[in-house]
Amino acid sequence: MSENLAMLKYYFEFPFVRYALIVGVLIALCSSLLGVVLVLKRFSYIGDGLSHVAFGALAIATVLDITDNMLVVLPVTILFAVFLLRGGRKAKIQGDAAIAMLSVGALAVGYILFNLFPPVNGNVSGDVCTTLFGSTSILTLTQNEVWLSMVLSGVVVVLFVLFYHRVFAVTFDENFAEATGQNTGLYNMIIAVVIATVVALAMKLVGSLLISALLIFPAISAMRVFRSFLSVVICAAALSVVCAALGIIVSILAGTPVGSTIVAADILGFFVFSLLGTAKGRVPA
Amino acid sequence: MALLTVENLSLGYEGITVAEDLTFSVNSGDYLCIVGENGSGKTTLMKTILNLMKPLSGRVATGEGLQPAAIGYLPQQTQVQKDFPASVREVVLSGSLNKSGFNPFYTKVQKRQARDNMERLGILPLATKCYRELSGGQQQRVLLARALGAADRMLLLDEPAAGLDPQITEDMYMLIRQLNESGLTILMISHDIHAAARYASHILHVSRRPLFYGTKEDYVLSDIGQQYGCKVAV
Ligand SMILES: Nc1ncnc2c1ncn2[C@@H]1O[C@H](COP(=O)(O)OP(=O)(O)OP(=O)(O)O)[C@@H](O)[C@H]1O
Ligand SMILES: [Mg+2]
Repeated sequence: MSENLAMLKYYFEFPFVRYALIVGVLIALCSSLLGVVLVLKRFSYIGDGLSHVAFGALAIATVLDITDNMLVVLPVTILFAVFLLRGGRKAKIQGDAAIAMLSVGALAVGYILFNLFPPVNGNVSGDVCTTLFGSTSILTLTQNEVWLSMVLSGVVVVLFVLFYHRVFAVTFDENFAEATGQNTGLYNMIIAVVIATVVALAMKLVGSLLISALLIFPAISAMRVFRSFLSVVICAAALSVVCAALGIIVSILAGTPVGSTIVAADILGFFVFSLLGTAKGRVPA
Repeated sequence: MALLTVENLSLGYEGITVAEDLTFSVNSGDYLCIVGENGSGKTTLMKTILNLMKPLSGRVATGEGLQPAAIGYLPQQTQVQKDFPASVREVVLSGSLNKSGFNPFYTKVQKRQARDNMERLGILPLATKCYRELSGGQQQRVLLARALGAADRMLLLDEPAAGLDPQITEDMYMLIRQLNESGLTILMISHDIHAAARYASHILHVSRRPLFYGTKEDYVLSDIGQQYGCKVAV
């Protein structure tokens, strides 16, 4: 135990390890907030589709040899998010099948691009693996990425707090909100843009295949136990932060891949909360 | 200019007409009751008035500066997902969001109003309960309280009495009448023709064509009104 502590202490001497922990926690916080909205709007699969779009965009950025790949990934993902979430519940054409097609299509094209135009240092499978499952080591985050992630996470959290009640209204009953003169189109648009931002950010942390877990697990876990919107949001956020911190620390100590370890922590959280929910259900409130 | 003017309106879904030739107007302070058989297009009319769907032809115009943000609405059906975590308080408060402007949080006034509306409808003891774990009639009252929070000038109710017990139904009609007397314009869809005849100032009887539009007094005396069950002492 003390060995572990000593090792952690050693690692946390490095500023970039500390930064990575902060960024990871912030991203987990953002994705849990938006995850509640996605799950309740029955849009879980859109988060999945978007993450694959982000992978395709990253492949394009790599091919074009754009060093700051966020410049490509962010706008492309936002574009698709707006397209997919536009019109909210009224959207008819964007059925499950269309999103699945987009999702696997982006994945396939991205992989082809990676193979046709291998990155300069030439390690295709390593690069693809990193993109799909997250950086094998959190230490690969550059200083710029750290700052960008921190700023974007801050913006996401602030937007969520400012629009919290509107988000509730369009999630609970979009028709009522629209009928009583609220700008549901605008709120849906903001939700779409923010979700895209979170997906693009989270790709750094857990990779594009595992983003959905970051979005969905905390929300579902919280809903097992809590019965009001506010308590679910707060619980999901707290749970996600704890799981991310735990996952990052364990991954440092055990040398496991960061993204998958965080997701494993989220799965554990889900089981714990399911048990809590069942126990709570048995006791008459 | 009336508060609401409906001219030559045809309603329907994907080109299939449900009701046509609707022409009527609602003045400030009116209490209009919309009656008609199942499937005659009453809900469709209300959704069109609320701009939730486009009319096939004709138009709906608002006057006297009536904004959507001054309208409250009680839908006939609300598709809330089975497992949506929302407390009664959260749902009722969300009604007054259209008064918030750019303020991201609820004001004291909005919170007090939500409390008052919950009290009026006898759901204050349920305030912290989960909406989806209530009975159908309790849910209906929560949504009515939400609608009251949104309604400054006009209140549209789609079968507000559905699922309510006789006592609560009576209370609700009294409440709506009070609100109407204090200046709120009411549009209510109802199958309760007796309540309509008792409380409304105007009646619209919708069928494929509107069979009747006029004051309550005239409706009760009309053939259609008599046929539809207004066996009121003439
Ligand atoms: N979403 C829809 N798509 C297509 N047709 C619809 C839709 N909703 C309703 N309709 C049709 O439009 C007609 C009018 O429906 P509407 O809901 O307006 O009736 P209503 O007068 O409110 O009836 P009720 O008294 O049962 O509430 C019905 O024949 C119905 O089949
Ligand atoms: Mg109806």
